[in-house]
Amino acid sequence: MDNTTHDYLSQSDAVKARFDKLKQREVILEVKGLNKVYKSAQGETTALSNVSFKTHRREFVCVIGPSGCGKSTLIRILAGLESYSGGQVLLDGKPVTGPGRDRGMVFQGYTLFPWLTVRKNVMFGLEMNGMSSEEARREADLWLELVGLERFASAYPHQLSGGMKQRVAIARALVNQPRILLMDEPFGALDAQTRCKMQAHLLDIWRNVDVTILFITHDLDEAILLADRILVLKANPGEVQELIEVPVPRPRSVDQLFTPEFIATKARLEALIHPPASIASDEVETVKPHMIRFTNVADNVE
Amino acid sequence: METTAWFAARQELPPNRRKLLAIGSFVLPILIWCLVSYVPFLWHPMVRISDPGAVDYFQADMLVDKAVFQAELETVQTQGGALPVGELSNPIYLPPPHKVAEAFYTGFTTPPASKDGLWLHQSLWQSIQVIFWGFLLSSLVAVPLGVLAGTYSAVSRLFEPFIEFFRYLPAPAFGALAVAVLGIYEGPKIAIIFIGTFFQQVLIISNTTRKLDYALLEAALTLGTSRLKLLRHVVIPGILPDLYRDQRILLGWAWTYLIVAELIGTSSGITWFITQQARYEHFENVYAAILMIGIIGLGTDLVLAWLGKRLFPWDKPANKQ
Repeated sequence: MDNTTHDYLSQSDAVKARFDKLKQREVILEVKGLNKVYKSAQGETTALSNVSFKTHRREFVCVIGPSGCGKSTLIRILAGLESYSGGQVLLDGKPVTGPGRDRGMVFQGYTLFPWLTVRKNVMFGLEMNGMSSEEARREADLWLELVGLERFASAYPHQLSGGMKQRVAIARALVNQPRILLMDEPFGALDAQTRCKMQAHLLDIWRNVDVTILFITHDLDEAILLADRILVLKANPGEVQELIEVPVPRPRSVDQLFTPEFIATKARLEALIHPPASIASDEVETVKPHMIRFTNVADNVE
Repeated sequence: METTAWFAARQELPPNRRKLLAIGSFVLPILIWCLVSYVPFLWHPMVRISDPGAVDYFQADMLVDKAVFQAELETVQTQGGALPVGELSNPIYLPPPHKVAEAFYTGFTTPPASKDGLWLHQSLWQSIQVIFWGFLLSSLVAVPLGVLAGTYSAVSRLFEPFIEFFRYLPAPAFGALAVAVLGIYEGPKIAIIFIGTFFQQVLIISNTTRKLDYALLEAALTLGTSRLKLLRHVVIPGILPDLYRDQRILLGWAWTYLIVAELIGTSSGITWFITQQARYEHFENVYAAILMIGIIGLGTDLVLAWLGKRLFPWDKPANKQ
């Protein structure tokens, strides 16, 4: 099969078998007809409209969409940090009513507690849920080792780099052994190189830990590299456009960036998120500046 | 660039320059004071008589206006007689630095003028106690109230409008009332410090509490922290370094109310010392006492700042200084 005609829907036998197995696993999170309406002085805005999907145990789902599609609202509702106007969010079949330790969350901004050392940050959730500090400390050290930061256990967050902070945040969420790990653009603030390392590291963790991951991103490559399935949302109102099964075989690595499956999936995502027809009417187009030449006509840079 | 310019906007200077300027900020005013005191032609509007000569109302050590002295001198010169002699001097209310420095020491060694009077160190101790109790009582109520108001909108909406109004009422205005209620001794003085500090304290601390990054509370919630535990385990530790900084500033505030407070009822403490010394025209003692308040204030603040760095090792702004 040549690159140009590869279809993102066609899966190799191994990938297909993997998806079949995955879908037989129990459902961890089920979202049914989720609606979210914001009421303001200017009237009502619909942030999410009729969003439905399921995630299975140990599945890695990425949520992607243009800005304003409500992907952050979605994950905040799942975490219980925001209310919803209609529909259902079920975790293990039970409705979500507020934040809880069964859903861990890693935020885009650094939310480590600055007054606690790295170890105490990881111990926080355990201690809040009544574990003795000795036991919590043992647990925390185990998870710090998993993210490779055992040497920094006594450091304060402000002494860590951005990537290290997010690794602690992941350990802090996982130590509670949540049913699902919600990640809201966790690597968005990191530089390209660090982000690459963190993606590989996250896949390593996911491979070794019994956890389902819902990961929000606006980076198409990141979504394809990480996800089993990608939930594509569209904006105004936020609706599910497609739930794509990523045909790129596992184990994943950056080397797959130019495989036909990868390119085909990316092309499909591009088409969904930046449809060619809508570009003309896009806001970006209307503010396109009129370029006045400020340099000598003969002085060309290209 | 190797060195930063002296005037680069928002750029910190190298440590040696910072130290130099810090010393300079104290040396400069002292230098101006020295110049005015020791260089006769700079100001010196008076003449201190050393020999009254033929002027009948002049006395040795008397201070007269330069113009008056000149006029009398001319009168004596035309009418004949012994010429008065004197040297240029500053008014009595501006003693030279060395006199004040001397008073710094003699203030503590001079016994009180009256039998039931207080030594200087006793007066100072009285003042420190008034400040301590006033600030402590204010903090005991204002800190918890401020933190609660900053955390829970209901508390803020219930208390803050009234506090916002009350803080415009000048604390000294309650002096007579405080005496009527609390008697003439320490009670009303502590009350004035309390009134002067409390309302600002609630508002400042509630504001500080509100500035805590809400994402930290959300993170704690997703880790299974109950809403009740948030206050103790996230809000309070989160604002502690800023709360401490606020308290340092507010303590300075409390000192500014001290003088008014001590004039209420029976005058006491360092204010009593200052008014007594001013009555006897011992202005060098007055200056020494005022300087002592400054030194105690700045000294406490420096000690608290040093302590803060040790108490809150995670607090970046404090550690950067």
